Amino acid sequence: MSLKHIDLLICCGSGCISAGALKIKERFHEVLREHKATNEVNIIETGCMGPCDYGPVMVIYPEGIFYQHVTPEDVEEIVSEHFIKGRPVTRLMLQNEEKTFSIQKDVPFYQKQIKVALENCGYINPESLDEYIATGGYEALGKVLTEMSPQDVINEMKASGLRGRGGGGFPTYIKWQMVHDNKGAEKYIICNADEGDPGAFMDRSILEGDPHRILEGMMIGAYAMGANMGFFYIRAEYPLAIKRIKMAIAQAKEMGLMGENIFDSGFCFDAEVRTGAGAFVCGEETALIHSIEGERGNPTPKPPYPAVQGLWGMPTVVNNVETFGNIPTIFRKGAKWFASMGTEKSPGTKVFALTGDVRNTGLVEVPMGTTLRELIFDVGGGMIGDHKFKAVQLGGPSGGCLTVEHLDTGVDYESLKERGSMMGSGGVIVMNEEKCMVNVAKFFMDFCVEESCGKCSPCRIGLKQMLAILERITSGFGREGDIEELQRLGESISKLSLCGLGQTAPNPVLSTIRYFRDEYEAHIRDRSCATKVCKDLMHYQIDKDRCIGCSLCARNCPVKCITGSREEKYIIHQVDCIKCGNCYDVCPVKAIEKEPGMHPDTVAHRSELGKAVNRYEDL
Amino acid sequence: MASVAQDQSRVYDTLAEAIEERKDLRNPLIEVLRIAQELFGYLPIEVQEFIAEKMNIPASKIYGVVTFYNFFTMKPRGKFTLNVCMGTACFVKGAPKLVQMISDYLGVGIGETTEDGLFTMSAVRCVGACSLAPVFVIGEDAFGRIDTKDKVKEILDRYE
Repeated sequence: MSLKHIDLLICCGSGCISAGALKIKERFHEVLREHKATNEVNIIETGCMGPCDYGPVMVIYPEGIFYQHVTPEDVEEIVSEHFIKGRPVTRLMLQNEEKTFSIQKDVPFYQKQIKVALENCGYINPESLDEYIATGGYEALGKVLTEMSPQDVINEMKASGLRGRGGGGFPTYIKWQMVHDNKGAEKYIICNADEGDPGAFMDRSILEGDPHRILEGMMIGAYAMGANMGFFYIRAEYPLAIKRIKMAIAQAKEMGLMGENIFDSGFCFDAEVRTGAGAFVCGEETALIHSIEGERGNPTPKPPYPAVQGLWGMPTVVNNVETFGNIPTIFRKGAKWFASMGTEKSPGTKVFALTGDVRNTGLVEVPMGTTLRELIFDVGGGMIGDHKFKAVQLGGPSGGCLTVEHLDTGVDYESLKERGSMMGSGGVIVMNEEKCMVNVAKFFMDFCVEESCGKCSPCRIGLKQMLAILERITSGFGREGDIEELQRLGESISKLSLCGLGQTAPNPVLSTIRYFRDEYEAHIRDRSCATKVCKDLMHYQIDKDRCIGCSLCARNCPVKCITGSREEKYIIHQVDCIKCGNCYDVCPVKAIEKEPGMHPDTVAHRSELGKAVNRYEDL
Repeated sequence: MASVAQDQSRVYDTLAEAIEERKDLRNPLIEVLRIAQELFGYLPIEVQEFIAEKMNIPASKIYGVVTFYNFFTMKPRGKFTLNVCMGTACFVKGAPKLVQMISDYLGVGIGETTEDGLFTMSAVRCVGACSLAPVFVIGEDAFGRIDTKDKVKEILDRYE
């Protein structure tokens, strides 16, 4: 047998696991046993490799061969052909019209990426401390503790220019300096892993894929500011991340990398994991602190800033997961190296969760200043199918939508903010022309109304009012002046709310009004949703010429609003139609069409009934 | 009936132990509530009062915390909680339709429990599996790219 030593890296990120990665791993063990080759192949479960859309994916070293969409049935062939005979299985490699990409680094998805925080994600076994150390792990901590003073560490951070990756973009060194300068009996450092933005999974992937890196970053920060206790605040929805961080803490303690007198430097550190309980507002630092204290997660006014009066009244720093993820590399490779990437005001790289109607969904890390076009079309591989790009939403419910004209905008804190969007934590949701922007804005508003903690009235009452207006617009009761009213409300809420949730909640509405005002106007004036997403502003119609009179639609209609006969064909009585779409789905000859706009019959019916159907009349 | 009462008291004992174990931690209330919900399936007033007494915290404060966080529930849940992700990515990829399909199949809406007590359907904010959108989660298993009624049926029928 010509077997050589092979490392088989199977991506066990959440995406690949739900695509069946664990079954494939089991199958590999079985097949290798059958071939008596278990000693020759090292099977490693790694964190997220990034291209979730190709999942389950795996990389085989020494060559770095990349396989995608692997099924348990493919395992036998991989073992007998690739491992034993040395002939990689071409059909499992990524292919496009022109080319086959056999090696991982050649895959277009990886081309424009530079991995710093994700350096080890998908490369090492996250449950092994040895593997982390083998890639240079804890070297930075050793250097910091033995060669640098706390002030040196802060100076180095200042030189790197690292800004908070949670969304605000506040320079990290300033927070550290403030806590360093403040006196307190105790100081605390908190890792904010309450990644609540819908459409974001960066923090989760880093915690799951490289937990020791986050721990190391936290300890460097703790040393710089003089904290001896750290807390990880992780969402309850991320059980694997919680397990991995707990495991990392236990391993580090066992190795003496945590605890008393680390590296004989006199520095002591301990950390604890606290889980969130499902409240979006707890991503806000004061709310998060109250939640750790076992209270309702209500935010409190700043100042006092947590750096002065935080957890249990003591000076506290709250940093995001990805921020910590950058720190070990900054100290290993130097602040200069870090600052050489990205833009002048936003150095370094940023991790994004690329999702929506884009071909390569997944986890990506690119230098700051990369344009949206590169991110969506080069890394993301462009739109799915023949669809056109319509908008991209950045920054979740606090961010805004950008359009085609912004595709050449570089992604950094300032340029996104100028255009009415924001970096946020890094969720990038790409939308095609089938998406209704008014409906998307309503979705975010609904989210913020649900998640508002209710403490301050602009957010609690104002957002609800905005939602009501959006609801009447999307259900065909919009009136002149609604757009201006939304803008007026939005601006007041931004100015008057207590915390970041309320201050940014109007952004999705304001940005869609700014760039898609015509869609709002069509919804209000023409009672028409061009994308046919808003049910009240579209209708179904049967094409008489194509209808074969089979009656399937009529039989499947839950409100019996379709009548007709084989000879006369079928028609929909628009007034009664609830737009469930059953007829559209069952028609065997596709004779039923979706049309934009409210049907004239419905318009007439509504005006006849007047107030009786307009539940928005009094608003 | 006697055995139910015995079971109940055993669960209370386990909870009391869990509280005892955490007495050195600072303010572990949320952890304790999480454990209590795991043990009882939900957090009725009696359980809250029990915790209040053991931890020496006003019951009103516990009630305040329980009602603040989405994760805690005061209503009994089914054997499995089916969480449909309502994050943006899933929304864009058709989560409302997925909710409709599941709801049609189970005959319950969001926040309700099936008659046989098997499933409680609820909506959550982003489970962080956006690349698989639309997604729903049962326990720790995530099911992605669910776009047909048949796929829903096939998955739900596995649970019993």
